[in-house]
Amino acid sequence: MPTLRSFALALTGAAAFATMSPTPVVAQSFENQLKARQGQFRLIALNIGVLGGMARGKVPYNAETAQAAADNLVAVASLHQGALWPEGSDNMSIDGTRAMPSIWEDNADFLSKWQDVATAAGGLAAVASNGQAALGPALGPLGATCKSCHEAHRAPES
Amino acid sequence: MGRLLGLAVLLIAAGISLGLFLTRATPLDDDALDGLSGDPIAGAQVFHAAGCASCHAAPGAKGEDRLILAGGQRFASPFGTFIAPNISTDAENGIGSWSEIEFASAVMRGVSPDGMHYYPAFPYTAYALMARQDLADLWAYMATLPASTAPSAPHELRFPFSIRRSVAVWKLLNGPPDWVQPPSVTEQGRYLVEALAHCAECHTPRDSLGRLDRAHWMAGAPNPSGQGKIPGITPAQLDWSADDIAYYLETGFTPDFDSAGGHMASVITNMAQLTAEDRAAIAAYVKGLPARD
Repeated sequence: MPTLRSFALALTGAAAFATMSPTPVVAQSFENQLKARQGQFRLIALNIGVLGGMARGKVPYNAETAQAAADNLVAVASLHQGALWPEGSDNMSIDGTRAMPSIWEDNADFLSKWQDVATAAGGLAAVASNGQAALGPALGPLGATCKSCHEAHRAPES
Repeated sequence: MGRLLGLAVLLIAAGISLGLFLTRATPLDDDALDGLSGDPIAGAQVFHAAGCASCHAAPGAKGEDRLILAGGQRFASPFGTFIAPNISTDAENGIGSWSEIEFASAVMRGVSPDGMHYYPAFPYTAYALMARQDLADLWAYMATLPASTAPSAPHELRFPFSIRRSVAVWKLLNGPPDWVQPPSVTEQGRYLVEALAHCAECHTPRDSLGRLDRAHWMAGAPNPSGQGKIPGITPAQLDWSADDIAYYLETGFTPDFDSAGGHMASVITNMAQLTAEDRAAIAAYVKGLPARD
């Protein structure tokens, strides 16, 4: 019964492996999930930066570029968040994140704040082509949604 | 022997009397606000600059709800947890029954109407530098705010900090209030930063007695909650332009479009309601800080 024997061996090996290095598969997945989740916030910062630069007059206004950036914000804000926030990926459990446990403990509040981002991004996208003067007033509400969520759910830098 | 004992008792009694005298709570003089009349419109600006809502609004309050000063936010510290009291206009649970001079003594001296010391989590050491007219305006404005019947919760402090009289000793050791930076940079910026907005309360480290370490003014400090740190904002830590700082105070966006979080998010909400001139004055003050590690 070579097949059964190797199966048993494999099982023993798997058990030993699992004992020696706890949940390596999950750790690997955490890393990717974390990268994706932090990447989405970099996308948000990058695109707000395009619009903020124009709003502050640091970069010349360009309707097409502004609209593209605003549309990107709408797109990112429409992403479903589930896969990016696995249980145990808060700042009390792992390094490399400032995500507070409150995100999981009061998930409804977190998701409602994420929805607020989408709403504010939509407001920005509706006026982004209307000229430089329209950007500042529409960026304000979007910035408020960032602050509101960071105030409740992001830990200070360590 | 009897005479010696008598002398000892006398000395102890004298010591206690001196102690009680030194640790008494001294309110403002009754006539400190004479001749001033408060303007509630101007008071709103003082209210925002002084950040009253950031601590005294209910936990998580947003928008108009930030004007209901119901208290209840918790502030962890090495001495225990302070719980912001109700300072709304409710006569029973807030400060609605106070007189203006009682309010002024609370804000500028840290003395309650019944002659107790407040803990310096209430930044009266900064507010002590407030202009009397601003105090009168603030009182006029706060009288227009809604009442909340939420009862104030007692602080949860460790012994001996739980003894209020210990605050008197702290006040003595802390010394009289004074400006830290010279007025040369911008008088209005210094006034906003050091007196009203009390920025140093978080951005400056403290010694073991909880006094601000002026040698490291605005150089950053551990977060009193124990989690993370409050960043330094002297040129040694912060290389933003004055425009960047003013824009951050208005919008919460850093130069690379990260956004403010934690308690600073609430501070930005206040700062956003100041005038552009005031934000520029604060930025000029920050740019003029001496670099400190």
